[in-house]
Amino acid sequence: MATLTVGGKALELDADGNLAHINDWTEDIAREIAVQDGIPELTPQHWTVINFMRQVFMKEGDAPSIRRLTKESGIDTKTLYQLFPKGPAKRAAKIAGLPKPKGCI
Amino acid sequence: MADTAQPIEKVSIIISRGSLEGVYPGLIMANGARMEGIEASLFFTFFGLDAVIKKRMNDLKVATVGNPAMHIPTLVGAIPGMSSFATSMMKKEMEKLDIPPVAEFLTMIHDAGAPMYACRATVDMFHLKKDDFCPEIDGVISVGQFYEMAAGGQIIFT
Repeated sequence: MATLTVGGKALELDADGNLAHINDWTEDIAREIAVQDGIPELTPQHWTVINFMRQVFMKEGDAPSIRRLTKESGIDTKTLYQLFPKGPAKRAAKIAGLPKPKGCI
Repeated sequence: MADTAQPIEKVSIIISRGSLEGVYPGLIMANGARMEGIEASLFFTFFGLDAVIKKRMNDLKVATVGNPAMHIPTLVGAIPGMSSFATSMMKKEMEKLDIPPVAEFLTMIHDAGAPMYACRATVDMFHLKKDDFCPEIDGVISVGQFYEMAAGGQIIFT
């Protein structure tokens, strides 16, 4: 099983390379995953998306669709793709410490 | 999936049919590609153009005749109102899955960075003008231009 080491602590990862345990997640870990994924700095807009995704996941057990993300978080589609280039839903979920989203939309 | 498989980096999706069930798969695949960070473009041809014609895009219907997968007899499918009924049922189910109506979906996919084109031959055949199309259409292009733009990627015909 692959691990990610942040601050001297090895964290277990799932088959997609996302955190295996959502409770391992901290904001520092989010920053570390983002850097490794090519996002050097998380802006307040990034945090809006990350926190919204975590909030929905905790309540419903899956990350929100892009449509819902844009409608309810107030971050529009264009901005979302700028914040998380190369696949917003998947990358935001990874940084948020969640498994890869299951939905198709 | 084998680790050695080359990941897909670019898709050009052709939408050639104008029924609701003919249009959505291509839209879902284009949106899904962008969500995965795959470059995507959409090419609308023949009756698929209905999906991007302002006056028609919100009135696409499910085909209830000549569609064996509907599992209703052809003559029943032909009863007036059947297609509208099946369409509204399907739209309701799609809304539950957070699949947007056509116009909203096109905006979303376009905002996600997927360019959209109308087929030159069809536009000429149906005497359509740039003004007939939704603003997401980036241009009317020939088959040759389509292949040029699709270079280096996969072409998906729906």
